[in-house]
Amino acid sequence: MSQLVFIAFQDNDNARYLVEAIAEDNPEAEVQHQPAMIRIQAEKRLVINRETMEEKLGRDWDVQEMLIDVISIGGNVDEDDDHFILQWT
Amino acid sequence: MVVKNKKLNLKDKYQYLTRDMAWEPTYQKKKDIFPDEDFEGIKITDWSQWEDPFRLTMDAYWKYQAEKEKKLYAIFDAFAQNNGHQNISDARYVNALKLFLSGVSPLEHAAFQGYAKVGRQFSGAGARVACQMQAIDELRHSQTQQHAMSHYNKHFNGLHDAAHMHDRVWFLSVPKSFFDDARSAGPFEFLTAISFSFEYVLTNLLFVPFMSGAAYNGDMATVTFGFSAQSDEARHMTLGLEVIKFILEQHEDNVPIVQRWIDKWFWRGFRLLSLVGMMMDYMLPNKVMSWAEAWEVYYEQNGGALFKDLERYGIRPPKYQDIANDAKHHVSHQAWSTFYQYSQATNFHTWMPEKEEMDWLSEKYPDTFDKYYRPRFEHWAKEHAEGRRFYNNTLPQLCQVCQIPTIFTEKEDPTALSHRQIVHEGERYHFCSDGCCDIFKHEPEKYVQAWLPVHQIYQGNCEGGDVETVVSKYYHINIGEDNFEYIGSPDHKRWLSIKGKSSDTKADSAKQDAA
Repeated sequence: MSQLVFIAFQDNDNARYLVEAIAEDNPEAEVQHQPAMIRIQAEKRLVINRETMEEKLGRDWDVQEMLIDVISIGGNVDEDDDHFILQWT
Repeated sequence: MVVKNKKLNLKDKYQYLTRDMAWEPTYQKKKDIFPDEDFEGIKITDWSQWEDPFRLTMDAYWKYQAEKEKKLYAIFDAFAQNNGHQNISDARYVNALKLFLSGVSPLEHAAFQGYAKVGRQFSGAGARVACQMQAIDELRHSQTQQHAMSHYNKHFNGLHDAAHMHDRVWFLSVPKSFFDDARSAGPFEFLTAISFSFEYVLTNLLFVPFMSGAAYNGDMATVTFGFSAQSDEARHMTLGLEVIKFILEQHEDNVPIVQRWIDKWFWRGFRLLSLVGMMMDYMLPNKVMSWAEAWEVYYEQNGGALFKDLERYGIRPPKYQDIANDAKHHVSHQAWSTFYQYSQATNFHTWMPEKEEMDWLSEKYPDTFDKYYRPRFEHWAKEHAEGRRFYNNTLPQLCQVCQIPTIFTEKEDPTALSHRQIVHEGERYHFCSDGCCDIFKHEPEKYVQAWLPVHQIYQGNCEGGDVETVVSKYYHINIGEDNFEYIGSPDHKRWLSIKGKSSDTKADSAKQDAA
C-alpha cells in the first residue's frame, strides 16, 4: 500500500520559495495547486533543507520560519537546525 | 558581513527552556500534585521520553505567533475597508459562516479550556508546555474567528448571539456535547480524543478543503483566519501523533485502552463532521471538491498511511471505519435534507440546490445522488415553487450519544434508517448506529445524563412547549430574519440590492402586498 506524507502551505510569496526548495530536494514529490493553498505529497518522505532555502532566499533562514506559512502536515516530524523532515517509517 | 550571534542549537534550547524549568517536588507527594494522572489505567514509566519534534520554546512561540497575528489582522482590516462582503460569490455562502460561528468557534474556546485543564494534570514538563501553547493557540482561534466574522454580523442576520446559541440550539448540542464529552474525560483520553483523533485524523477535513473553498468564494477574511489557525494545527497534529506514540511506547497495557479511545473518538468525530460535509457540498456556491473527495484524500489516504504506521504498536484502524468510508456518499445529502426541513429552528437559511448545483452533485456522487436524493430535492423545489415550502413540524428522535437526529441509513440499504436501541436500568435509549450504541454501552453512567434538546423541549425546560417560543425566547433566533428559507429572506434581499438587482420572488411580493 502506498504511504504518502504531505505538507500544505498558504499560497503566498514566502511559500513560493518553500515550494521551489522542496521540489528541488524531493524530485519525486507531487505539487498540487488548490485555491489559496499549495499541497505537496510524496511517498514516505519529504525534506525541507535550510541550506536550499537560504540559497533560494539569499538570506539566513530559520527552519522554524516554516511555521508561519504551513497549513497542514501528514507524517512523523523530525526537525533540527538544518532540516524539517516528514516521514512514515 | 553578518556576524552570527552564538546561539544554542534547537535541541539544547528546548531542553533548557522546557524540561529544565521543571523541578522535583520535595515537601508534597507527586501523587497529590497530579491526582488525575493514573485513574484511567494509563501507565507512564518515564516522562522524559516525551518528544516535541518541533522543539518549540516560549520565546520562539511568541515571535512566530506575533508575526501570524500581524499578517492576519492586516487582512481583516483590508477586507473590512474594501467591503469584502460585497465580493463574495453569493450571500448563501454566509450561512456557512453562521454555522461556523455558532458551531465551531465555541469549540475552539472549549479546546482552550480543555488544554489549560489537562496541562495542569501531567507530571511531565514536556507535556505541560505543549498543552500550555495549545491552550493559548485555541484561545487565539476563538478570538480571531469572532473578529473575522464580526464584519459579516454588520451586514447579515444570524450572527448576533453565537455563544448563547451554542449552549441551547438543538443542532448545536452536537458539537457542544462532543467537546463536553472529551473535557469531562480523564487527561489521557482528552488528548487521544482531541489531539489525536480530532486534530490529527479529522480536522484537516474542515480547515483545509473548506477554507480553500472560502477563498474560492471570495472570502479572504475567513480563509485567512482558517489558514492562520491551521498553521497552529500543524503543531497540534504533530503533538497528537507524538502523544499516541508516547503512550503506546510506555507500557503494553496502554494499547487496548488507547485502541478503544481511538474507536470511540473516530466515530464521534466522523458523526460531528456530517455538518462539515453539508457545508462543503451545499453551502459553498463555488465548489472546490466534494465531501466524498475530501474524505478520500484526508481520511482514506492520509489516515490510511497513519494507521499503517501505528500497526507496529498493535493499533488497528478504527472500528466501523468501513461504515464511515461508505457513508461519504450519503452524509452530506442526508444532513442537508434534515436542515432544509427544520430551517424554522436554525440561525441560518437553507435552500434547494440550483440546477447546475444538482448536476454537480450527480457528477460527484454518481452512485447515490440521482438514485436517492435528487427526486426528493426536486419534489421539495416544486412544492416551494407552488407556494408550499416544506417544513417538518415534528421534532426528531435524537441519538443519545452524538445527539444527531437518527437520520442516517444502513450501509447495506440506503433506504432504511439506521436505528439501534437498548434498555438500561429500565429506561430505553436510542442510537443512530452501532458506533454510538457501543460508546453508550461502555459508559452508560455518562451518557444517561445527556442533555438532549428535543427531550428538554418536551419536558418544558426551554421556556415553552411550541417551536416558535423556543426558537425566539430560548434560542434568541429572530423569527423571519435569521431562520426559514433563503429565497426571499432579508439576507437575500440585501444581497440583491448590493448587486443592484431587484428581488422578484413570491415571498417578496407577498410582503409588499401586505405593506
